[in-house]
Amino acid sequence: MTTRILGATLPDGTTADLAIDRGVFVDPAEAGSARRTIDAAGLLALPGLVDLHTHLREPGFEQSETVLTGTRAAAAGGYTAVFAMANTQPVQDTAGVVEQVQALGLRAGYATVRPIGAVTVGLRGERLAEIGAMAASRAAVTVFSDDGMCVHDPLLMRRALEYVKTFDGVVAQHAQDPRLTVDAQMNEGEVSARLGLAGWPAVAEESIIARDVLLAEHVGARLHVCHVSTAGAVEVIRWAKARGIRVTAEATPHHLLLTEDLVVGYDSRFKVNPPLRTAEDVSALRAGLADGTIDIVATDHAPHPAEAKECAWGEAANGMVGLESALSVVHAAMVETGLLGWADVARVMSRTPARIGGLRGYGRAFAVGAPAQLALYDPAAAAEFSLDSLHGRSTNSPYLGRTLPGRVRHVFHDGVPTVADGGLRPADEVAAARQEVVA
Amino acid sequence: MTRIVLQSADIGRALTRISHEILESNKGPDGLVLLGIPTRGATLARRIGALLSGIAGAAVPVGSLDVTMHRDDLHRNPTRAPQPTEIPAEGIDGRVVVLVDDVLFSGRSIRAALDALQDLGRPAAVRLAVLVDRGHRELPIRPDFVGKNLPSSREERVNVRLSEVDGGEDEVTIA
Amino acid sequence: MRHLLSTADLGRDQALTILDTAEDMASVSGREVKKLPTLRGRTVVNLFFEDSTRTRISFEVAAKRLSADVINFSAKGSSVSKGESLKDTAQTLQAMGADGVVIRHPASGAPHTLAHAGWIDAGVVNAGDGTHEHPTQALLDAFTIRRRLHGAAGRGRDLDGVSVTIVGDILHSRVARSNVWLLHLLGARVRLVAPATLLPVGIGDWPVEAGYDLDAAVAEGPDVLMMLRVQAERMHDAFFPGEREYSREWGLTDERLARLPATTMVMHPGPMNRGLEISAAAADSPASTVLDQVANGVSVRMSALYHLLAGEE
Repeated sequence: MTTRILGATLPDGTTADLAIDRGVFVDPAEAGSARRTIDAAGLLALPGLVDLHTHLREPGFEQSETVLTGTRAAAAGGYTAVFAMANTQPVQDTAGVVEQVQALGLRAGYATVRPIGAVTVGLRGERLAEIGAMAASRAAVTVFSDDGMCVHDPLLMRRALEYVKTFDGVVAQHAQDPRLTVDAQMNEGEVSARLGLAGWPAVAEESIIARDVLLAEHVGARLHVCHVSTAGAVEVIRWAKARGIRVTAEATPHHLLLTEDLVVGYDSRFKVNPPLRTAEDVSALRAGLADGTIDIVATDHAPHPAEAKECAWGEAANGMVGLESALSVVHAAMVETGLLGWADVARVMSRTPARIGGLRGYGRAFAVGAPAQLALYDPAAAAEFSLDSLHGRSTNSPYLGRTLPGRVRHVFHDGVPTVADGGLRPADEVAAARQEVVA
Repeated sequence: MTRIVLQSADIGRALTRISHEILESNKGPDGLVLLGIPTRGATLARRIGALLSGIAGAAVPVGSLDVTMHRDDLHRNPTRAPQPTEIPAEGIDGRVVVLVDDVLFSGRSIRAALDALQDLGRPAAVRLAVLVDRGHRELPIRPDFVGKNLPSSREERVNVRLSEVDGGEDEVTIA
Repeated sequence: MRHLLSTADLGRDQALTILDTAEDMASVSGREVKKLPTLRGRTVVNLFFEDSTRTRISFEVAAKRLSADVINFSAKGSSVSKGESLKDTAQTLQAMGADGVVIRHPASGAPHTLAHAGWIDAGVVNAGDGTHEHPTQALLDAFTIRRRLHGAAGRGRDLDGVSVTIVGDILHSRVARSNVWLLHLLGARVRLVAPATLLPVGIGDWPVEAGYDLDAAVAEGPDVLMMLRVQAERMHDAFFPGEREYSREWGLTDERLARLPATTMVMHPGPMNRGLEISAAAADSPASTVLDQVANGVSVRMSALYHLLAGEE
């Protein structure tokens, strides 16, 4: 009952056969008769991707996305695990809510869903949420974030960093000084000056990161910085790492590819928080990801219904969907530019995010006996990104109509195929196959 | 196939004749106002004005009347920038206004001009002088003073060139 | 010209054509029958998501003088939910067969979205969007300057070499943005004077000189001094300490008025805060073009509506 994968290219460039049986990788030489064989010549075998920053919107905003639709989008993009941000309704600030989200993920079966717990009650930035209870729950929360809101109060941030340390967790900070970004609509600079849109200055991000790394140093805690978007922020993090501060950082695919010039047409698909920045910022982010200052790529997949985007720029919601496009965008921004090799991509999109999030099973790629988390990617393909490429409930992608390289051909989550021959497998088949593996 | 129908000298003679006819019908220059329809009608009006002064020995007020805003075919054509309307200081109330245009065809420009005049005042009478009448009227309008009647088919193009506007020699051609 | 969204979209010839046609429209406004049949049968909707009685009336008069049917649609305060309102309203106007939409909206870019989102076929005129642009105001300002300088002989002429100093809240001013692009296009030299808090970050590539010192600007004797309105909320948001200091540093006081050459025009887009950005004497002085601006507004808007809506569909 084995799946054999023949002649896949590993991230290090070598070619190998792989075999999967009962949910785990097995030695292809010792594997039994194959139920299924995949000719993987020319396909790149990547460990299943891990997204540390996904908005699944359930409970509360099911018109935008659900755990099922969001994990389908994840699978289509080569992901086998996502960390679900806490800004749901009710907020993921209690053990009950995080357990519910995790259970929904298990039922869907397309990807492991690890809920992120809120740092403060209701994301209101006033008092700490029940971090211990969430850590001890069946959801075993390890990452805490008020993402969407910045933990702005310095004393509260200090306490959060310290308290989370108790449970070996990490605070993921959405770095945005709220006073410096009142009504902010886009990056502050030449384009905002022309368009008459209130500016979101880089310093509003950089000043919070600078404060937080110093706080983390002072209390000896870990800090994770969400969606770094400015050259200055990269500099601050580089300085902090050189100083030995335990900080990790993520960049989104869109901040690695897109620039603020796209706002000129007031197309709200390009409205995101933090905003698209300048070409210099994009270069600095790419260099930071290449030299390890930025540890990972995380999507900040943020679905919104059409009506939240079909309006004037100032009234439109912030956010872009990104799970389906992330690997292709990283391919275009980092691999085609020669800044990263595929082994680095495996590191920044799978191994390191798993490590930061305390997710086991992604340490050694394709190790015999490990749960089979695998994406087979055709780097030679290129296609126009279209509505057909999207599998979540929302279509607010900035890449529609743009040609992107590569295509995800097959994905296995815990040995269960979720994508086969480039197509997402139906929900009932995935759920049934998963039952089989678990049994 | 382009054919010259009036040469410079022909045009000069036609305008002189029109000037005499205007004076004759008006029994002198008193109360006359010439309003040319831009662009070439306005040029012709200035020429006729000069001829009238020479013949009658008294200046006849000359102005221009743009009809763009009054046309009924605006929606069928690309937007055109209107030309200036210049009404002589004497105004048009109680005067005999002679509208001057280069070519009379469907009559729609003249209809628009009559509408435009109505908004500007109440002349005692309105007359129409044209250099060329090529027929094919779509409205009950006829000229009082004509330089040349030119039978034409609808598809043909009548082209008037005047030295002040187009440079070179005056001429009227049909193609 | 399909839409009028930003003066940055205009070419020099287009801008001059609008100003020249406005001369013709001005002559219409001066006669007994102030009406042209030009837009008969066309429907112009004034879609105002923000109160502005004077701008709305100016557009209404302009459209009516061109014989258009005018519908005033005030969306402010209606129960339409935020976000969906622009699209829903646009589709309603489309169903009603609007040929032109004059839109005022608190969000920068809303007219652009209305024009380009595919909801509507009508031509769109931006009547002020957020802190972005107010193109017809800039056109009427340019028209006013040209008329003061050249009278009726201004037709066809640009503003080559004219020095214009714009004073006040540049950061939040749609009037300033539209004027910067248009006046530069027409050859004027533009200088901005404001406290540093009210100059946008990122104007390094604007075709202007920017500074903080109004007295220095007055000493240069500009041809035009354009005073911008100070919004009360700017004070509350601590862009400057208070009225007294603003008025002392950046207001056109009687003393500064006295130091200006007699030929300098004093402009203000209105409504004025007398005693704050402009003294009563300055507002009422012969140098003031405030009332000319109002009258010229109708002519310029007639011209803009004509060029947008008269031609073939």
